Amino acid sequence: MAFAAFQTAEVVPQAPRKRSRIALFLLLPGLLYLVLFFVTPLISLLLTSLQQPAEFGDIGQYEYAFNWQNYVTVMSDYWPHIVRSFGYALAATVFALLFSYPLAYFIGVKARRWPMLQGLMLVLVIAPFFISFLLRTLAWKQLLSDESFIITSLKALSLMAPDAHFTGTPFAVIFGLTYNFIPFMTLPLYTTLERLDLRYLEAGSDLYANPFTVFRKVTIPLSMPGIVAGTLLTFIPAAGDYVNASRDFLGGPDTQMMGNVIEANFLVLLNYPAAAALSIILMAAILVLVGVYVKRSGTEDLL
Amino acid sequence: MSVREFAERGADLELVGIQKRFPGFTAIEELDLTIPAGSFFALLGPSGCGKTTTLRLVAGLEEPTSGRILIGGRDVTGTKAHERPVNTVFQSYALFPHMSVLENVAFGLKRRRIGDALGRAHEALRLVELDHLAQRRPAQLSGGQQQRVALARAIVNRPALLLLDEPLGALDLKLRRQMQLELKTIQEEVGLTFLHVTHDQEEAMTMADTVAVMNKGAIEQMGAPAELYELPRTSFVANFLGQSNLFTGDVAGSTDAAISVDIAGARVTVPAARAQRHTGRVTVGVRPEKVTLLREAPAASSDHNVLGPGRVIDVSFSGVSTQYIVAIPGVGTVTVFAQNTGSGPVVGEGVEVWVSWPVEHGFGLDDVAEPAARFAADADTTSIAAQRREELVAELEED
Amino acid sequence: MSGEVQAAAVLGGLGESQELDSRRPGGRVRGRRLGLGDWLLPAYTIIAFVFLLIPIVYTFVFSFNDSIKSNIAWRGFTFDKWLNVCTVEGGAVCEAFGNSIIIGIAATVIATTLGTMIAIALVRYRFRARGAISLLLFLPMATPEVVLGAGLAAQFLAVGVAKDMTTIILAHTMFCISFVVVTVKARVASLDPALEEAGRDLYGSPSQVFWRVTFPLLLPGIVAAALLSFALSFDDFIITNFNSGAVSTFPKYIYISASRGIPAEANVIASAVFIFALVLVIVAQVSRAARAKRLANLG
Repeated sequence: MAFAAFQTAEVVPQAPRKRSRIALFLLLPGLLYLVLFFVTPLISLLLTSLQQPAEFGDIGQYEYAFNWQNYVTVMSDYWPHIVRSFGYALAATVFALLFSYPLAYFIGVKARRWPMLQGLMLVLVIAPFFISFLLRTLAWKQLLSDESFIITSLKALSLMAPDAHFTGTPFAVIFGLTYNFIPFMTLPLYTTLERLDLRYLEAGSDLYANPFTVFRKVTIPLSMPGIVAGTLLTFIPAAGDYVNASRDFLGGPDTQMMGNVIEANFLVLLNYPAAAALSIILMAAILVLVGVYVKRSGTEDLL
Repeated sequence: MSVREFAERGADLELVGIQKRFPGFTAIEELDLTIPAGSFFALLGPSGCGKTTTLRLVAGLEEPTSGRILIGGRDVTGTKAHERPVNTVFQSYALFPHMSVLENVAFGLKRRRIGDALGRAHEALRLVELDHLAQRRPAQLSGGQQQRVALARAIVNRPALLLLDEPLGALDLKLRRQMQLELKTIQEEVGLTFLHVTHDQEEAMTMADTVAVMNKGAIEQMGAPAELYELPRTSFVANFLGQSNLFTGDVAGSTDAAISVDIAGARVTVPAARAQRHTGRVTVGVRPEKVTLLREAPAASSDHNVLGPGRVIDVSFSGVSTQYIVAIPGVGTVTVFAQNTGSGPVVGEGVEVWVSWPVEHGFGLDDVAEPAARFAADADTTSIAAQRREELVAELEED
Repeated sequence: MSGEVQAAAVLGGLGESQELDSRRPGGRVRGRRLGLGDWLLPAYTIIAFVFLLIPIVYTFVFSFNDSIKSNIAWRGFTFDKWLNVCTVEGGAVCEAFGNSIIIGIAATVIATTLGTMIAIALVRYRFRARGAISLLLFLPMATPEVVLGAGLAAQFLAVGVAKDMTTIILAHTMFCISFVVVTVKARVASLDPALEEAGRDLYGSPSQVFWRVTFPLLLPGIVAAALLSFALSFDDFIITNFNSGAVSTFPKYIYISASRGIPAEANVIASAVFIFALVLVIVAQVSRAARAKRLANLG
């Protein structure tokens, strides 16, 4: 991997001290900040996840220990949430990819002739960012509630059972996750497709490939960096999200994800070790998945 | 407008024992060089030979590992780029894209707090005939116009020394020739010392008073263009500056006036004054246009060298002249340029010929030519460049 | 584009003269009947945009709803909510909004400064441990927000820091830095080092070269990074929820009110922010396109 190249890279021996002093001055504040507010919190989290209840303490009081059984407990208590988190996130990622690819292709390739239109469409893609994430989700909740126009029409057309609900179901949660992360998928796809050299496609058809084969053998492989970036940018936040799955938004009692139980344990039940153990599991699982995915898709340069 | 107002006299540049190492390779082995004030000096060499590094050292953009740099007798080795009376015309011009042409040209004057910076900038732009574009941005200019702005931006500061880093490299051939003439004219008008770095031998020979040929971090030979061409001292110079036919053999006899070398049984005579070495194994050579093709074996003569018989294996017609390649058993191939004073090639492929040239046009080299030495030198710099490139690519991919 | 390629293209009949580059749309045969592909993709694009914009339109429309408490059923049109946005619940919406603005500005300033410094160092200097530093910058972007939020909260708990506005700003700055680095780094990398060398060569001292050459050239990247930071901070809910204590921000206000019904004033603020941002972006886009056009005409 490209990482190795740097370990061997030597400091330029010419003008030695002064230069590295400037680099140090530029790097140190920011890196120190990240160590202080990103690395040490992760360590705190790890330590917290191994805590046990203080002996004569109140609720929410814990002492440092090596109580690894916390992990066993949360795994057995919350395994459905863990499965749901990754299942929902995976489904949302696939749907977002299917939704975004044609859109990004149109903006990035077909609309090249009209830069103004291209710019306008890009603004429309990121427009949802400008309105609160939570309000967007609530809007869907209202639009898809049992009394809403959409659902009552579907029921009237017998496309939905009369006593069925949409909000509160896993479909609603996956729908919400998909909708909310579409811009994260579309933008990286657009970036690679916009740079796609169409002469490759012409070369493909020149070499006897039909349009579908050109798409499969040339366009898709060339847009792989965008696909990988987009799926990561969608999957990671979706797996950790708890707004869509929350009961007040699109979810119900049976759609709770890891984020919901982490929030509940940390902020409501004050069971910090359980929340911390779940966070560590979530983070570790995501890092492993991302690592494997990036390795397999052959775009390690991304990191 | 008086151009003189822009120029003080140029200053001498002296490099003493300069060495420059980068991690992994040595760019400059050991360099001693004096460039007299007011001259147009060209550093010529293949990419990676150390010529650009030399320029950057003089500009103060790199620090030498050891050695001293003197400008007008003053030691400037320890001073920074902005403290040196030196200006550079960069390879890619490096015009500031966020400033107008005028602001670009006035930049140096303003930094030095010289009065009437804008007036002087306009004057410099008039010198390069671009004053009417003063308010444009660099991106709105053509390549040739940008090149002239870069030149104006440098000379407006009246530097003691002007450095030109392949300034014509990005221009197409026609514009290049035109700019070569203009640059030369401006140099003569303002009387500055120009140090010009290029890999284009024709450009170097056309423009410079003195050319130094650099190879592998050292100067191989230095002199007036005609002198370098007529009497190359090393096989690198013989091949880099034009083409040469080189023959290697043992010295079979020598007098005060000439040496005689045994080339595959034949005797090749070179004037002693034109030979660097007079004993042992030596390489001698002659330029292709000095060689004549003969259909019949000539009578023995003391003022001509003759090799052959051989066969013409390739004829290529290029309008002004025709190039013949003759394979001579035991000697190898000999290239011959013949002016097309008649009509068309005089001999065809496969014809048996002899080659002959006047003794006074031969030269003897200081080193023994390796077969294909010309490419070996390039391969080295190419591999260095490739290595550097890989490092950069790795760095970009990393982040 | 080099003359040779251009000439080859003209000779090969591939292009008229100037436009043959990667941006040129693929060769469609002129005069062919419109096929399925010619309208399917544009039609899909229109439907996709309608879908993306539905909740925004809904939010905007309901900012004019003459609602009493919760803003669910349509009860009639009014400008009242826009005019008296800060009166409901003793101005709680406006207070939350104000907090979000303050936090956004503070986090943006700190993150943009620190991130820009890192970006310059990463491109311009060589040093050891680059791999580790790249990883340190990449990980915050690859970590779910809930983990970032819980981690910081666990640390504040362990150290015994009370959660308030400061802890929110600290948290937001943390996750913005990496995004700033990525954005500004692209700009630094595209900056020709010869420009700074030219600055030095033309008698600019290091600080003059930075402020007169480097900084103005990096500015578009820095501004983009700052806008991104502000947007990330302003809309963040998850990390804020873990580290805000009793302080309210605009997203947190919506989350808490969600169970009992959101007042229409929240829609007013969200719609106003939306329109402001949209206008900002469109103006930037149009002026950029106009500038590009002007350059093309002159050049």
